[in-house]
Amino acid sequence: MAEAISAPGGGAGVDHTASDDNYLTHGKGILSWLFTLDHKRIGVMYLVAILSSFFLGGVFALVLRTELLTPGQTIITADSYNKMFTLHGAVMIFLFIIPGIPATLGNFVLPLMLGAKDVALPRLNLASFWLWLTGATVAVASIIIGAVDTGWTFYTPYSTTTGTAVIPMTLGVFILGFSSIFTGLNFIVTIHKMRPEGMTWFRMPLFLWGIYATAIIQVLATPVLGITLLLLVAERTLGVGIFDPALGGDPILYQHFFWFYSHPAVYIMILPAMAIMSELVSVFSGKHIFGYKFIAWSSIAIALLSFLVWGHHMFTSGQSGLTNMIFSALTFSVAIPSAVKVFNWLATMYKGSIRLAAPMLYALSFLFLFAIGGLTGLFLGSLATDIHLHDTYFVVAHFHYVMFGGTVIAFLGGIHYWWPKMFGRMYSERWAQLSALLIFVGFNLTFFTQFVMGSHGMPRRYYNYLERFTAYHQASTVGSYILALGFFVMAGYLLHSLVAGERAPANPWGGATLEWETSSPPPYYNFKHDLRAGDPYDLDALRWDPEIKGYVRKDPGSVLLSPGEAS
Amino acid sequence: MSEHDHASVDGLAVDHHFENADQQYQSAKLGMWIFLATEILFFGGLIVAYTVYRANHPEVFVFGHHFLDKNLGALNTVILICSSLTAAWAVRAAQLKQIGMLKLMILLTMLCAFGFLGVKGVEYHSKWKHGLLWAGSYHPHEEHEGSAVRENAEGVGEEAAATSAAVKQMEAAPPTAPAGPDRSAIPPAAEGPAGLAEPVVEPVDEHGFAAEPANAQIYFSIYFLLTGLHGIHVLGGIGAFAWLLMCAYRGFFDSGHFTRVDMVALYWHLVDLIWIYLFLLLYLID
Repeated sequence: MAEAISAPGGGAGVDHTASDDNYLTHGKGILSWLFTLDHKRIGVMYLVAILSSFFLGGVFALVLRTELLTPGQTIITADSYNKMFTLHGAVMIFLFIIPGIPATLGNFVLPLMLGAKDVALPRLNLASFWLWLTGATVAVASIIIGAVDTGWTFYTPYSTTTGTAVIPMTLGVFILGFSSIFTGLNFIVTIHKMRPEGMTWFRMPLFLWGIYATAIIQVLATPVLGITLLLLVAERTLGVGIFDPALGGDPILYQHFFWFYSHPAVYIMILPAMAIMSELVSVFSGKHIFGYKFIAWSSIAIALLSFLVWGHHMFTSGQSGLTNMIFSALTFSVAIPSAVKVFNWLATMYKGSIRLAAPMLYALSFLFLFAIGGLTGLFLGSLATDIHLHDTYFVVAHFHYVMFGGTVIAFLGGIHYWWPKMFGRMYSERWAQLSALLIFVGFNLTFFTQFVMGSHGMPRRYYNYLERFTAYHQASTVGSYILALGFFVMAGYLLHSLVAGERAPANPWGGATLEWETSSPPPYYNFKHDLRAGDPYDLDALRWDPEIKGYVRKDPGSVLLSPGEAS
Repeated sequence: MSEHDHASVDGLAVDHHFENADQQYQSAKLGMWIFLATEILFFGGLIVAYTVYRANHPEVFVFGHHFLDKNLGALNTVILICSSLTAAWAVRAAQLKQIGMLKLMILLTMLCAFGFLGVKGVEYHSKWKHGLLWAGSYHPHEEHEGSAVRENAEGVGEEAAATSAAVKQMEAAPPTAPAGPDRSAIPPAAEGPAGLAEPVVEPVDEHGFAAEPANAQIYFSIYFLLTGLHGIHVLGGIGAFAWLLMCAYRGFFDSGHFTRVDMVALYWHLVDLIWIYLFLLLYLID
C-alpha cells in the first residue's frame, strides 16, 4: 500500500513548489471536511472550533473586567456576574485550553514529524472531534437554560443544591473528557507504533516527547474526572449521598476527586506548551537544543509528579497538618523538572544567533511570564503563605501567568511557527510583532496588578470590593482591553494572510524536523517519499536558499528512504 | 507475530497509513489496552469512595452486606467466568476461520451476559421491594409500615433463606431506626475521613438482632453505583458482541481477520475481572 502512494519524484528531496493538489483542495464541500479522516483537516477544524471557544471565553472575561471597573454594579447584576465567571472558567478550561495545543497543533504536526501519513487510529481521531463538538454544544447550551454559578470547579455542596444548570454543564464536560482521552490514546499509539526508520525514542523531536507526556496524563487522569462528574449528576438526580453530609457523605471527598484530575490537567495544559518551546528556542537560536535527554525526561517527570500534588488545592479545607506538609513538599519538587526545562532553553539560546521572528517573540514572552507564574506557585505551595493568599487575586494572577502567559503564549508561538505549513502562506511579520507587543503589555497590566491586590487581600470571585482596590481593578481592566486589541490585530493579519499572504516555502524557518520535508501546505498523503529520520536538531544540515526564500537540505538525499530499506 | 500476522494479511486490507498488517494489528491492540487502563481508573474513583467509607465506617459495610444474596452473587460470578471462556474461544475460532463456531461462541457469550443481567435484575428487584436503595431513596420500612418488628424481620428474611442460621439471624434483623420521616428529621452527623475509626462493637436491639448503624444508606449507594456502572458496561459488551455477530453474518471474518473479535473479547475480560472484584468487595465482607 505504502509504495503505491509514495510516487517517484526524481532525486530531489522536498517538492518546494506546493502543488494545487494539497490537503486543503483535496476534496470539496463541507462534508469532505466534516467526515474527513485526514489528521491535517481534523487539526484545522479543531483550530477553528477551539479559537471560537477562546473568543467566547474572552468575551466573558471582558464583561467580567468591565463589571469590575467600579465597586458595586457597573453593567451586570451579581447573579449574572457569578454565572459569567463560571462560564469564563469552564469554557476556557474545558473547551479551549485542555484540548488546545494537542488537538490542533498536535493533530496537525505529530504525524508529519513522524514522517507518517496519519495518526494510528484516524476514525477514533474524527470521533474525538465529534465528541468535542457534542460536549461543547451541551456545555454551551447550559447557558440557554440558566447557566451555572458554581465556579468552574463545581464544588459540593453548593453544586448539588444550586438551582442553576449544573447537570448539562457537567455532562458537557464529561463528554469533552472522552474527547480528550481518545486524543491522548491515539497519540500514544501513534508515537509507539509509527515512528519512521531511524527515529529511536531519543531521536524524537521534543515536541513529541511533550505531547507523549501530555497524553499519559490525559489517559490516566481524565477518567477520574468522568466518574466524579457522574457522581455529581447522580447526587443531584438520585441523591446518592456520597458528597452529602446530610446522608452520611463527605463534600471534601469531591474536592479530592476533582483535583486528582484537575491538578494533572494543569500539566495537560502546560506540557504541550513546553513541547512547542523546545522547537522554537532551538530553531530561532540557530543552535542544537541543549540537554535533549534532560528536557525529554523532565516531561515524563512532570507527568508523573502531577498525580501526587492535588492536595495543595486543599490546604485550607481541613486536611491534617502532616498531609499538608507532604503535599507541600511534593509541590515544590515539581519546580525541579520545570526549572530543568527553562535552564536548558536558556542554555540553548546562549551564544546562539537569535532571530526575533514572531514565533521567537512568543517564546521569549513565555520564558519571562512562565518564570513569574511558576515562581509565584511556590508562594502558594508554602503552607504559611498559602493561608494568607488562598482564594485571593494572587491565585488568579498565578494561574493566569502559567496558563495564559505560559500555555496560550506558547500556543500563539506554535500557531505562528506552523501557520505557513498549515496554510501555505506567510503572514505580515511587522503586524505580528505589533500584536505580540500589545499582548505582552496588555497581559502584564491585566494580571500583575492582580498579584498586588491579591497580596493586599482582595478575594477572588467577588462582585463588590473596597474603595482602595479601585485603582488596581481599573488598571487590570484597561490591560484586558489592550490584550483584546492585540488579539484583534492578530485575527486581522492572520486572516489577511490566507487570501493575500506571500506563498510559503517548504521550510521558512530552518527547522530540521520532518514536517519541513514536505511542501507547504502538504499534499493529502503528507510526503512524496518515505522518510528516514536523523537528528531533529541538526540545523547545520540546512542552508538558506535565497531563490525560494526558504531553507533546503545541503544533502537532500539524507532524509530519503530508499525503497529496499523500509522494514 | 507469525500466525496472526498472516491471518490479518489475508483478511482485511491494510489501511493506507500503515506499512503492514502487523503494525495495524499492534496499534489496535495497544489502543485497546490503553482504553482498558482508562476503564480501570473510571471504576477507580468509585473504588476509592468505597475504601474511604469502609475505612471510616466498617460497621456500615458489615451490616449492609448481609442484605446481599451471596448465592446469586456467586452464580453471577460463575456465569461471567463462563462467558470469558466463550469469548476467548470466539477469538480462537476467528483465528482458525471456524465461522460456525465463532457465531456459536458469540451467541453463548451474549446469552451469559443476558443471564447475568437477569440475575442482577432479581437482586435489584428484591432491594427495591424492601426499600434498600441508595441514600436518597433509602426507606427500609416502606413496605411494612405499621406492622410489628418481628414481622418485619421475617419479611426481610425471605430473600436470604439460603444462608447459615447464624448469619440468617443477622440478615433478618430489621433496621431499628425510626421509620422514614423521623430518620430524615435528624440527619446523622457526617464523619470526615480523618483518623482511624473506633473499634466497632455491634449494637444489638431489644430483640437480640444487630441494630442498624448510622449511615447504613451509604453502603447501598455504593452498591448501586458500582454494580450499576458495571451493569452499563455489560450492556455495552452485549452491544459490541451483537455487532460482531452482524459482522460474522456478513462474512467479515471469513478470511481470518480477527482483530475486532480480539478487541471486544479483551474488553469483555475486563468487565468480567471487575465483577470478580465487586463480588469480593460487596458480597464477601465477613
